[in-house]
Amino acid sequence: MSNAEHHEGTRRDFLYYATAGAGAVATGAAVWPLVNQMNPSADVLALSSIRVDVSGVSEGSQITVKWLGKPVFIRRRTPEEIADARSVDVSDLVDPIARNANLDGAADATDENRAMDEAGEWLVQMGVCTHLGCVPLGNAGDYALDGGVGGWFCPCHGSHYDTSGRIRKGPAPENLPVPPAEFVDETTILLG
Amino acid sequence: MSGIPHDHYEPSTGGEKWLHSRLPIVGLLYDTLMIPTPKNLNWMWIWGIVLTFCLALQIITGVVLVMHYTPHVDLAFASVEHIMRNVNGGAMLRYLHMNGASLFFVAVYAHIFRGLYYGSYKAPREITWIIGMLIYLLMMGTAFMGYVLPWGQMSFWGATVITGLFGAIPFIGESIQTWLLGGPAVDNATLNRFFSLHYLLPFVIAGLVIVHIWAFHTTGNNNPTGVEVRRTSKADAEKDTLPFWPYFVIKDLFALAVILVVFFAVVGFMPNYLGHPDNYIEANPLVTPAHIVPEWYFLPFYAILRAFDGDVWVVIAANFLTGGIVDAKFFGVLAMFGAIVVMALVPWLDTSSVRSGRYRPMFKWWFWLFVVNFFVLMWVGAMPAEGIYPYIALIGSTYWFAYFLVILPLLGVLEKPLPQPDTIEEDFKAHYGKSSTNSGAPAATPAE
Repeated sequence: MSNAEHHEGTRRDFLYYATAGAGAVATGAAVWPLVNQMNPSADVLALSSIRVDVSGVSEGSQITVKWLGKPVFIRRRTPEEIADARSVDVSDLVDPIARNANLDGAADATDENRAMDEAGEWLVQMGVCTHLGCVPLGNAGDYALDGGVGGWFCPCHGSHYDTSGRIRKGPAPENLPVPPAEFVDETTILLG
Repeated sequence: MSGIPHDHYEPSTGGEKWLHSRLPIVGLLYDTLMIPTPKNLNWMWIWGIVLTFCLALQIITGVVLVMHYTPHVDLAFASVEHIMRNVNGGAMLRYLHMNGASLFFVAVYAHIFRGLYYGSYKAPREITWIIGMLIYLLMMGTAFMGYVLPWGQMSFWGATVITGLFGAIPFIGESIQTWLLGGPAVDNATLNRFFSLHYLLPFVIAGLVIVHIWAFHTTGNNNPTGVEVRRTSKADAEKDTLPFWPYFVIKDLFALAVILVVFFAVVGFMPNYLGHPDNYIEANPLVTPAHIVPEWYFLPFYAILRAFDGDVWVVIAANFLTGGIVDAKFFGVLAMFGAIVVMALVPWLDTSSVRSGRYRPMFKWWFWLFVVNFFVLMWVGAMPAEGIYPYIALIGSTYWFAYFLVILPLLGVLEKPLPQPDTIEEDFKAHYGKSSTNSGAPAATPAE
C-alpha cells in the first residue's frame, strides 16, 4: 500500500488523500444536521418580549414573571434597601461588573448601573442563580436588611445576593443579570 | 474465549453439526456458560448477576411504561398519575422501575467496591475495569434523564442544576447548555430529547455489558486471593476452578433471590422511601424547591460538586493560575467529573503488585476509610450547604482524591505485603479443610 520509496507523491497517494478527504467532508456534512437539530427550534428562538403591568407592586414587594422560560424578579425597593445597595464600595464585590444588558458590558456594578430608574426604586433582574440556575428566594440570606427585607438567597448551594442582586457570598460567580427592560409608560415594563 | 484450558463444545448430533458449521452460536453460549471459574469466589462475586437482572428488569418495565407515558410538558405529569391510578398494575410497574434504579446502583456500588478491594482492576483486567466505568457513567446519565420524565419539581430542578454544570465550561459553556436544553431553559424540547435518550442508552449499556463479559472471560475472573488460575495444564486448571454452570449460577441465583426478598419488600411496602415528596408536585419553572437533593446514588458526587467554593485555597490558586478561567463553579464541576476519572484510572495509579487487599495490611485501613468516606459524602450531600456541612464535604472530597492520587501510589512502595497462597486450590483447602483431596472432582466440594 505504501509508496514510501517514492519521495514525490504518486497518483495513487493523491487518490487516497482525495478520497479520504471527500469522505471526511461528506461524513461531517451528514452528521451536522443530526447535531444541529438539538439547537433551539424557530418557535423557541423567536424573540419574545412581554409587557408587565407593575401598577399593583407596592414599595418593598416583588413580583416574579416568566420570560423566555425563566423567572424575572421585578422589585420595588424601599429607601432603606436603596441606601444599603448604594453604600457598598465596588471593590468589595465578588463580581465588579454590572451585568446589565441595557448598558455596555464593562459597566461597574454600582447600584446606579443596575437599577432601572435613577432613584433606584425599580430593580429588574433574572431570577436565575448564576451558579447552577435555581430560583433564589427573596428577602433572605446574609445580606437581607434587619427584619428580613431585601436580598436574595439561593437555597440550592447557598449563594447570597445583596439588595442590588449582586453576589456577595457562596459559589455563584456573577451578579444576577439585568435583562433588557424599559418603562413604556408609568406602570408598564417592557421586557426583551 | 477463555485463556484457561478447558473442554470446548463438540456438536454431536447431525442437526448440531449442521448448525455449528453455519453459525457456532451453541458453542459460543456453551463456552460462555461453562467458563472455568475460580472455586474460592466469595459472596461479593454475586453482584454481576444482580446487575444483569437489574438491566433486564429496567428494560422490560421501561418498555411497558412507555406504552402509557406521554413526553410533553403539559401531559407528562398527568400521564404518570394515569399510570399510577388507571393502568392495570401500573403502580406496581412504575414502583418496580423506580426502585429498580436504586437496586441497580446498590449493586453497582457493591460491585465497584469489590473490584477496588480485591484489585480486580489490575493487569490484565484494565479493559474490563474501563468498560465497567463507561457502563457506570451511562447508568448515571440514564438514571438522571429517567428522573426528569415524570416532570415533577425535583425532575425539573434536577435537570436545571445538572445541565447548568455544562454552562460552567469556560467560553463555550452557554452554547453547549442551550444546545443540550434546546432552548434558554428546561422545557418541552428538553423533556423530549431526554425521553429519547433514556430509551436508547440502556441498549448501549447492554452492548457494553457483553463487551465487559467478553473481556473478563478472556482474562478469567479475579478471585479473593488475587492469585491467577494455573494455566499450565487442564488438570491444574481444574484443581483451581469449577464450571460457571451449574455451580456459580445456582449460588448467584440464590443470592439474587435473597436480595429480591428485600427489594420486593421495599417495592411493596415503602415504594417512595427513596424518592422525594417534591417530585409529586408538578414542575413549576418559577419556584425552586426549598432544598434540591438528587437521588441518593448521586449524593457523594453532589457533595464533591458543592465542596469547592470560592473560599477554598485550591480554588483561589486555580483561579489565579488560569487568569480567572477556572472559577469556583467550573472547579466544582471539574472536581465532580474528576472524582470519576481518577477512579477509572486506578489500574495505573495503584503501584502495588499484590492484587487482593486480603494480603495488604496497610491498604485495608485506607480502603475501609474510603468506604466510610463514601457514605459520609452521601450523607453530607443530602444536607443543606450551610454551617459545618461544606467543611465535612471538603474533607471527604479531599480524601477521595488523596486515596487515588497519593495513597494508592505510595502504598505500593511503603507496604510490606503478607504472604499469598501459591494457588487457589491451597486457599480453598485452607478454608474448607483437607477432606476433598481430589478436588478435581467437583461433586465432593461445596460450590462456594
